[in-house]
Amino acid sequence: MAMFIRVDIDPSVQQDPALGKRIAEVCPVDIFKVADNRLETVEANLDECTLCDLCTIAAPGKVTVVKLYR
Amino acid sequence: MRFYEFESKQILKKAGIPLPKSHFCKTADQAAAAAFEIAGPVVIKSQVLSGGRMKAGGVKFADSPGEAAEHARAILALPINGLMPVGVLVEEKRAIAQEYFAAVTWDGRAKKAVIIFSDMGGIDIEEIAEKHPEHLSRTHFSASRPFSDYIAKNAVAGVGVTGNDLNALTRIVAGLARTFLDRDMTLAEINPIGKLEDGSIIALDAHMDMESEAARQHLDLLKELGVGPEEKRQARPPTQFEIDAEKVDSADTRGVAGNLTEFDGNLGLIIGAGGGSLTLFDAVRAAGGRPANYCEIGGNPSVSKAANLTKLICAQPGVEKIAVMMNVVSNTRVDIVARGVVKGCIEAGFDPAEKIAIFRIPGSWEDEGFAILKKYGVPYVDRTVSMDEAARMAVENTKKKA
Repeated sequence: MAMFIRVDIDPSVQQDPALGKRIAEVCPVDIFKVADNRLETVEANLDECTLCDLCTIAAPGKVTVVKLYR
Repeated sequence: MRFYEFESKQILKKAGIPLPKSHFCKTADQAAAAAFEIAGPVVIKSQVLSGGRMKAGGVKFADSPGEAAEHARAILALPINGLMPVGVLVEEKRAIAQEYFAAVTWDGRAKKAVIIFSDMGGIDIEEIAEKHPEHLSRTHFSASRPFSDYIAKNAVAGVGVTGNDLNALTRIVAGLARTFLDRDMTLAEINPIGKLEDGSIIALDAHMDMESEAARQHLDLLKELGVGPEEKRQARPPTQFEIDAEKVDSADTRGVAGNLTEFDGNLGLIIGAGGGSLTLFDAVRAAGGRPANYCEIGGNPSVSKAANLTKLICAQPGVEKIAVMMNVVSNTRVDIVARGVVKGCIEAGFDPAEKIAIFRIPGSWEDEGFAILKKYGVPYVDRTVSMDEAARMAVENTKKKA
């Protein structure tokens, strides 16, 4: 269970498999995976988020990284 | 990485240092055959990575192959300080007229290599230094310049040795020093060096210790000696705690969170940063604390890696609290380590606010790290508090039991 980071994915991302794939590819700590053409988060890796913003840059406004300790 | 005596002697042989005839044997039958081949009185020596062999009964003398076999059988079954021998060394027994001591090691204070030489070999060098300092010379030299025999000659002459003995001993000590440098040893020692009744001089016992981190640079030598890549050869076998920490470190290539050594204290340490581990370990002890472990973290370990190490340390019997301390870090993120140790405490069933005595890691992303610590009530300090002071605070907090 992630304690420090939550990642919210806008539902519209699921309509764009290429975007989902790109988001999964840019994350250096494998927070995302694509399964059955759907972008999902990998619960076990969420706390590894380095706050690099590569996902939010890849999909402006469609991925939100929430710091649960703030 | 320590070497057995028979291996140390193979290393010395490569350096051209004269040695008595000897054979490494794994069975009593082999020992009998070795004694037969030597054809004279022999000494049978336990090959074990421990001192005190003579006192423990691990060194015996024999006048015949039968007697050698009998002693070898007894020695092969004899544990010394909890360690079983890997074999015995059957060596010709020589009549000794005079014993010398020679060692090359590092002097941490002088930051140089040093040759320690004495004309009173065969006994503890510490005892010589204390009771007979005039019989001991210390000769420092630079490891960054080619070694000269002149340095070895000064070391030997420093205790008054002259003439043929000076020349013969200079060759031995120079060979030892070159081996020390060429093979990245932390200690290369011959004790005793024996002057025989015929005037010749040979190395009778040897102890070599190679820097573990350098072992990969000397695979040729290790292969020749039959030392496998899995052999660590530390001063004692690793404890389960240390083995588990090694697994934590090797399971994830991100950063370092391991190199753990177990101690019997009550304060678990998660420490590191450019020599910070040693400094902080010493600071805890100087403050009257009792570390449960030494370890090293750095290079930005992942959250899970830091968490797993924390869980492991928290789970050790006797660990009341843990201290998370580093020097100012630029290559390790404070927030990542903070997440790891908080998570590790919670997953181990502890409240981080109670379990963590102090968190003192200033540096990259410290604002994020401190926000995490604040949320979980973990006591933390920034770079305005020295490592010594943080260690003292950790010790004080540990006295207020978890």
